[in-house]
Amino acid sequence: MRTSQAEQVAAATAAAQTRRRTLRDYLEEEYVLGYLFLLPAALLILTFVAYPFAFGIWLSLTDARIGVPPNFIGLGNFRELLSDSIFHQTVRNAFTYTGVATVFKFLLGMAMALLLNRNFRFKRFARAAVLLPWIVPTVLSAVAWLWMYDSTFSVFNWMLAKVGIQGPIWLGDGRWPLFSLIVVNIWRGAPFYGINFLAGMQTIPKELYEAAQIDGASRVRQFWHITLPMLQPVILVVLLLSIILTFADFQLVWVLTRGGPANSTHLFATLAYQVGLASAQIGAGAAISLFMFPVLSIIVFVIIWVLRREQ
Amino acid sequence: MSSSAMTTSTMGDSSTTRYRYERYAFRLMIAVGVSVVLIFALFPFYWMVVTSLKPNQELYSVTTNPLLVRKPTLDHFLYLFQRTLYSRWMLNSALVAVAATALSMTAATLAGYALARYRFPGANFLGWAIFITYLIPPTLLFLPLTQLVFQMGLGNKLLGLILVYPTFLIPFSTWLLIGYFRSIPADLEECAMIDGATRIQAFLRITLPLAIPGLLSVGIFSFTLSWNEFLYALAFISDPAAKTIPIGVTSELVRGDVFFWGELMAGALLGSIPVAVIYSFFADYFVAGLTAGAVKG
Repeated sequence: MRTSQAEQVAAATAAAQTRRRTLRDYLEEEYVLGYLFLLPAALLILTFVAYPFAFGIWLSLTDARIGVPPNFIGLGNFRELLSDSIFHQTVRNAFTYTGVATVFKFLLGMAMALLLNRNFRFKRFARAAVLLPWIVPTVLSAVAWLWMYDSTFSVFNWMLAKVGIQGPIWLGDGRWPLFSLIVVNIWRGAPFYGINFLAGMQTIPKELYEAAQIDGASRVRQFWHITLPMLQPVILVVLLLSIILTFADFQLVWVLTRGGPANSTHLFATLAYQVGLASAQIGAGAAISLFMFPVLSIIVFVIIWVLRREQ
Repeated sequence: MSSSAMTTSTMGDSSTTRYRYERYAFRLMIAVGVSVVLIFALFPFYWMVVTSLKPNQELYSVTTNPLLVRKPTLDHFLYLFQRTLYSRWMLNSALVAVAATALSMTAATLAGYALARYRFPGANFLGWAIFITYLIPPTLLFLPLTQLVFQMGLGNKLLGLILVYPTFLIPFSTWLLIGYFRSIPADLEECAMIDGATRIQAFLRITLPLAIPGLLSVGIFSFTLSWNEFLYALAFISDPAAKTIPIGVTSELVRGDVFFWGELMAGALLGSIPVAVIYSFFADYFVAGLTAGAVKG
């Protein structure tokens, strides 16, 4: 009895030991650790990105409203959107907004980088100050712009009046609202270009410029033949990331115009919000969001192609 | 930098006056350029400060010069703390940003390390899958995600934001950290393992401490992005006591059509200061995180 008990205990500890050893052994296997370490990230991404993405596609094929069971309606939402004049306006806005803002952000960002790459007093301060628009919460700085664009107390119009010009109602009529939105987007986005270009410029070997100087190349030629080609990979990635963010922008428009006046300044995201949440037609809203997908996939494809080529 | 400055100055010493003029003209151009850029970048912040300090009668006067403050007052700031839930929003923002950052850093450190060091089937595919997630903007997902969050009972709760924010933090954090871990030689770990350390110990005791600069970069960037997030917070939260600063300021300080500009600017200013301060202390780490490993160097 006693011996068998002791045997049992011994056997149990031995078994536990082998179990413990195997567990420990498993934790020395790269594939076990690999999957184990990826688990938390994968769980979060599957639950809150992959699943909603699929769910969004399903919603877009239904007439779902908040609080009402959805019916499958096939491509009904998409068909309706394609014949909707507000949606047409939104598509035009998205391309104008992205196109114009990207060109100016690129040019201004390049100018910033070239300036900050020189030596002058307060350089550290200038570098930090220039990035400020990009790091501060966008909606909060957008509120400041809203106040600067105010129809009665606009500080711009006060300054314009000083030189005898009557300023427009910035967020009021015609093409001014979209123009005003683009200005704010440039203000916020150009530093992102500038700082990345600057970081890229600082990795270009100084010898290249010294050699060019000895050969008598002007500063302009140095820019075209050294700086620009050496910056190319940085430029591509920054451009593509920025185009995604601009095309899918929400915050600026939401704060400054809410897509108004008369739905004339919507982007995909603000229209999706207005239709999907504010008017509770969640299926139609999901369809509007998904219209961004083809454009974004093309950009994503190009980014991955560029990165792979570099590797 | 210093070498190019030296060449210019030696050229100046031995050159004619024409050269010197050209150099002065060039310097002047840079000075003007920098000033224009700085004014463009900083004017909205100046305007924020000035507005937040003006008493109302000065704020809504069309006759006085709006660029100056005559009788500065802290009334707008006091109003924020006494008559609105501003301090609560600040606390919420801080809580969400810290928790989401901690959660995403844990997940991203593990994932980044595994993808940088271990060989296992599907590793390459998983790496690219995470990268693609990085390129999906929140505006594409927010409607179904809002439905999901409310179905899970996380609507109007900070926990909802804390669980969802990592989805846009993990992808870039992971990519930045893959690069960082790859730059740390594996030999160090191999030595430790020969001395009897397990793989997990080698990771925790050898490599992780060496990755602290990368972790700082990721942490600062994640905190800033969480602090600034707007769309998810707007969609998930309507309870005033559960709002974060961006939505609290833009929704609660506007009554119908009436904008409380002094309070709005005071609120915007206070909400911007934390990220601005963090950034000014850690600018270099911040810049490293900008494109999150997508751009080398």
